[in-house]
Amino acid sequence: MISIRNIVKQYASHRALDNVSMEIETGKVFGLLGPNGAGKTSLIRIINQITGPDSGEVLFNGEKLNQSHIERIGYLPEERGLYKKMEIGEQIMYLAQLKGLSKAEARKRIKYWFEKLEIQEWWNKKVEDLSKGMQQKVQFVATVLHEPELLILDEPFTGFDPVNAEIIKNEILELNKKGATIIFSTHRMESVEELCDSIALLNLSHKILEGKVKNIRNNYRNGTYVLEYEGAAVKLGANAPFSVLSETNNEDHNQLLLRLNTGTRINDVLQYMLPLASINRLEEKVPTMNEIFIQTVRK
Amino acid sequence: MNKILLIIQREYFSRVKKKSFLVMTFLVPVLFIGMMGLVGYLVAKQNEFGDKKKVEIVDENGMFKNKLKNSGTLEFTFVSDNYANVKGNFLNSGYDYLLYIPATLTGTQLYSEKKASAITIQNIESSLTEIASSQRLMTAGIDTAILAKAQKPISIDAKQLTATGEKDAQTYVAYAIGLLSACLIYMSLFLYGAQVMRGVIEEKVSRIIEVIISSVKPFQLMMGKIIGIGLVGLTQFVLWIVVSITLSAGAGTMMMKGGNVAKTEQVTALKNAGSPDAAVAQQAADSGMGKIMQSLESIPVTYIIFCFLFYFLSGYMLYSAIFAMVGSAVDNETETQQFMLPITLPLVFTFIISMNFIINNPDSSLSVWLSMIPFTSPIAMMIRIPFGVPTWQLALSMVLMVIGFLFTTWAAGRVYRVGILMYGKKASYRELAKWFMYKE
Repeated sequence: MISIRNIVKQYASHRALDNVSMEIETGKVFGLLGPNGAGKTSLIRIINQITGPDSGEVLFNGEKLNQSHIERIGYLPEERGLYKKMEIGEQIMYLAQLKGLSKAEARKRIKYWFEKLEIQEWWNKKVEDLSKGMQQKVQFVATVLHEPELLILDEPFTGFDPVNAEIIKNEILELNKKGATIIFSTHRMESVEELCDSIALLNLSHKILEGKVKNIRNNYRNGTYVLEYEGAAVKLGANAPFSVLSETNNEDHNQLLLRLNTGTRINDVLQYMLPLASINRLEEKVPTMNEIFIQTVRK
Repeated sequence: MNKILLIIQREYFSRVKKKSFLVMTFLVPVLFIGMMGLVGYLVAKQNEFGDKKKVEIVDENGMFKNKLKNSGTLEFTFVSDNYANVKGNFLNSGYDYLLYIPATLTGTQLYSEKKASAITIQNIESSLTEIASSQRLMTAGIDTAILAKAQKPISIDAKQLTATGEKDAQTYVAYAIGLLSACLIYMSLFLYGAQVMRGVIEEKVSRIIEVIISSVKPFQLMMGKIIGIGLVGLTQFVLWIVVSITLSAGAGTMMMKGGNVAKTEQVTALKNAGSPDAAVAQQAADSGMGKIMQSLESIPVTYIIFCFLFYFLSGYMLYSAIFAMVGSAVDNETETQQFMLPITLPLVFTFIISMNFIINNPDSSLSVWLSMIPFTSPIAMMIRIPFGVPTWQLALSMVLMVIGFLFTTWAAGRVYRVGILMYGKKASYRELAKWFMYKE
């Protein structure tokens, strides 16, 4: 869908993007991650043609980015807002028309979305009379109304309570199912694991990590497991097929963080432990995206 | 193009639909006409409202006694006491002024506790001079009738003699039209320019800007806003003119009635007094009105309105682009202060020069220069136009104006496109220059 090739963006004394390349596949949810000031917003603005790169190019379905692509992209910026004094209905009509929808079509689609999100009665309300969360909902509708092929969402969940965040998340996934490609920029790593197929991690203007979420997490596996069992702490013999990295003892259960000895399998662990304790769970400790994020950025 | 149209529509209707627009449309003409009426009324009745100042006079040879008439604000009392005594008691006398006229008339003095106002001094001086000169002419043996004839004022009929023939110069009407249109342009440049600036700041503060410019180019948004608000200004002008004409037509009929009564009374009074001036007064009263009507009819209204609209629009485009640039550079309205001075300075400067110099010397080289420079020409040229401007000057000024606003909108647009996305950065002139230089 989007190929970013060797993008360089220089602001007066600060290089925001330094030779950044990445591929965003059609129909996938792509996470654009990175700490503040890493260059995410600069990159997103280039894709949206708000600014242009100093060198490098962006291809949209193989074509060089041009004006006709603007209407095929939906963008929810992190710094977002609406005209405070304008009525909601009128406002979304305006934004939709700016994206190239006809008046009649815009009205039809707004009705559809307002019913879907159960906000029909807001049409004549002014933005300043709505809560922050309500405004975000309206903003979301304005972003997706023209049924963009590419949806760029910068921190889409800020300002939502958990219930509404869930509603919006499901809407995003539904749009993705219908074929929309989604670029998703966030700091909330748990939502990355939940939503994204692949990610790119930017830090200090450079891309430092890219790939499928599953693969990345697999790559960061280090062969450690968590074992939890009930009852009093068990004294482990020297013949245990693993070494204990750390141990937490609680009132009614114990937790071990362990690493297998070379040549042993996970079944050997179970075999060894079964006679000794009643096991609650045994699972491989795959690092979370959050851990990977922190670990990679700190390097 | 279609998108600019959408933006223009939003900017226009969101303002025209506001209650404050409707209120302004009716309130401004009402206030304006009301103010004019009040000023007229106060001027006419100033004798009744003005504070009466009491003047005691020591007139050594009694030359002015019974001749110096109380004017509206001055009440004269002749005292017979000697000067030194009167002067000694002045502070406790309750009089505001002490006028001492020595027998020789040289060394006439006016005393007061506070500083005397210039107009009071002038009034007394001219009254004394007039009386004294009549007195001297009479003592020289000149008849009062001859004296009255000699003092009849002369009125000049200013005419222009051009290749196409002669016509009335109508200097006063030109004066009034020049002043009025320059005032209107001056005020509206500020009024609507500031609206553009506030609109830009609003979009920045409410953070809708990034949503919008992901659909349209920043330059389109800026131009849409400028044109939309300009149209609001035009609408407002047209409505003001319509409302003013309706209102003043109504007020005019009432005034006419009152005026006729006053005129008749005046004429009757003169007739009763057996004065031969009655007929002259009648004629004068008629022709004064007639003259104004006549000159109003002979003004090239379409030409002046065309020029007014041209200079309003082009001047507005030029200044509002700069206002938009300032709006884009700041995070809130209070930060605009540092940039306002360079914008307002040429405007205020031209306005003051116009009111004091250009209007009296419309063809001087300073006036011509000021009416050529795009930053000053909307005001300076509008002052000159009613007096007649050579076609080549008007054409040159208009061409320069168009070049001027094309250049400023282009330059302002370059700063604007960067400024609207900058938050929390304290904008300085250097910063603005840097933004201007940014590549696309």
